[in-house]
Amino acid sequence: MRLRFNLVLGLLLAAIVIIAGVFAAWIAPYHPIIDADLMNSEMPPSWEHWMGTDGQGRDVFSRVLYGAQVSLTVGLVSQLINSCIGTALGVSAGYFGGWWDDLVNGLTNVMLAIPSLVFALAIMAVLGPGLPSLLIALGLTNWSWTCRIARSSTLSLKNQGFVQAAKVAGFGDGNIMRTQILPNIIGPVLVMATLGIGGAVLAEAALSFLGVGIRPPQPSWGNMLTDARELLRAAPWAAVFPGLAIFITVLGFNLLGDGMRDLLDPHMRTRRA
Amino acid sequence: MLRFILRRTLQIIPTLLVVVLIIFVIFSVVPGSFISSLMSEGRNATNADVMAHLNQQFGLDKPLLVRLGDYLWGLAQFDLGISYRTREPVWNVIEPRLWPSIKLALAAMFFAAIIGIPLGFIAALKPGSMIDSGTMMLAISGLSLPEFWFGLLLMYVFALQLGWLPSFGYQADSIRHIILPAIALGVSPMALLARTTRAGVLDVMNADFVRTARAKGLSEPRLVRGHVARNVLVLVLTTLGLQVGSLMGQAIVIEKLFSWPGIGSLLVDSVAARDIPVVQGAVIVIVLWFLVINMLVDVAYAAIDPRIKVT
Repeated sequence: MRLRFNLVLGLLLAAIVIIAGVFAAWIAPYHPIIDADLMNSEMPPSWEHWMGTDGQGRDVFSRVLYGAQVSLTVGLVSQLINSCIGTALGVSAGYFGGWWDDLVNGLTNVMLAIPSLVFALAIMAVLGPGLPSLLIALGLTNWSWTCRIARSSTLSLKNQGFVQAAKVAGFGDGNIMRTQILPNIIGPVLVMATLGIGGAVLAEAALSFLGVGIRPPQPSWGNMLTDARELLRAAPWAAVFPGLAIFITVLGFNLLGDGMRDLLDPHMRTRRA
Repeated sequence: MLRFILRRTLQIIPTLLVVVLIIFVIFSVVPGSFISSLMSEGRNATNADVMAHLNQQFGLDKPLLVRLGDYLWGLAQFDLGISYRTREPVWNVIEPRLWPSIKLALAAMFFAAIIGIPLGFIAALKPGSMIDSGTMMLAISGLSLPEFWFGLLLMYVFALQLGWLPSFGYQADSIRHIILPAIALGVSPMALLARTTRAGVLDVMNADFVRTARAKGLSEPRLVRGHVARNVLVLVLTTLGLQVGSLMGQAIVIEKLFSWPGIGSLLVDSVAARDIPVVQGAVIVIVLWFLVINMLVDVAYAAIDPRIKVT
């Protein structure tokens, strides 16, 4: 019961955020940047402005909707990069073993020792603020767990009959990894990627909050919170709603990842039966 | 045991070296140096001679490999270099920030432990109950909460509205200043601890020795105290230790939000000012803290649990 609840609630929350982001231009009642009305700044939530207005009189609801585009792009693309790097390194390390395995293992340990936010901050300092830099910074710093899982799964798969049979049949190493091993480890990798989306959304918001991510006036949930901090006493709603949006997004993807993991876990399935 | 401790200590060195190498290489390709950022602030005239002099003074005119060699040689003598911004040794800039950071990490862990561990225990002792479901929902919510947003909300309620606690700042001998940042930072480890404790207790409750003890007629409180709690302790202590190790790196945003003078806020300020030696020093300290705490957890683990073989 709990399994399904997690999965359904996660799917529902993720779907809401995806719909909000994709259809922001149609749903948003105001333009997130141009429609600034200083006469109506710091207005509390009303029928006209569902989530109130910020310090420059911009509609918080519209900015939250457009902010979803940034968060989803960063979450999905950076996790795609992480999954590709982690899977490629992990599968090849587990399959070939030897010095390559040692090297990948060493690199993974080093990556785990550097807090990903610290590493991403350093990369952002080099690349400068903006969406492409964020995608690279968050895409390069969070592949270690995927790599570990891909490696351990490959290690247990590579001596199994069907892989040995493919070898005897004359399949090349690349071909075996792609057609025999990858389809069998895709489940855990997908779970890691889904759980990682939440982490990436949080990291993007944190970096934008620190002023090195998405720069104003482009709306991102992180930089909206930076602006809101200055008006916390006068317009707390400007801080409440962007944060709530981050929370709902991360919770949605975490529940989805958790639900998927439980579904794939044979122990859980036995327990359910 | 001594050999194990020595071996684990030596294992830190290669990891730290690679981290230093990565950070050094990343910051050697930074477009625009500290000197050009000084120029853009208008504090100096854009004079080629001044730039050349400053480059020479900071050793930036040397080839990359020579600079790396100099840096590693300095590091071997516990010298982290000179700050571009304050012209002080980097250690002198970092050292006063160290204790506030450690204090914040420990306070956050204290909050996480006193709430998370009992919650996990209670949830596991009544599996499937409302308390269990509520605790687990709370745990997954805690892991999804943007801590700086939670910090802002705490600031709004307890500092701006109720006026009970200061909204930001640091005072060496004040507990009031640390409460809000510690709660904001501790909420995610608290959630993790609740989940880990629950899973650990559930595992132990189903173990054969607990079933035997119950069959012998041992009362439930004694069973939990004597058999379950002791076995879960190892798992809880490991999670607690690992979290303390990573909290210094995670505290960056909270330190900035609450104007807490720790390593994290120093790192952010130094990145903005392109004070590369301080950035490198701060990253090394954060990674070293993580590695040393991990090592201590390993040693403690080996000391507590006799089943772990120390070689």
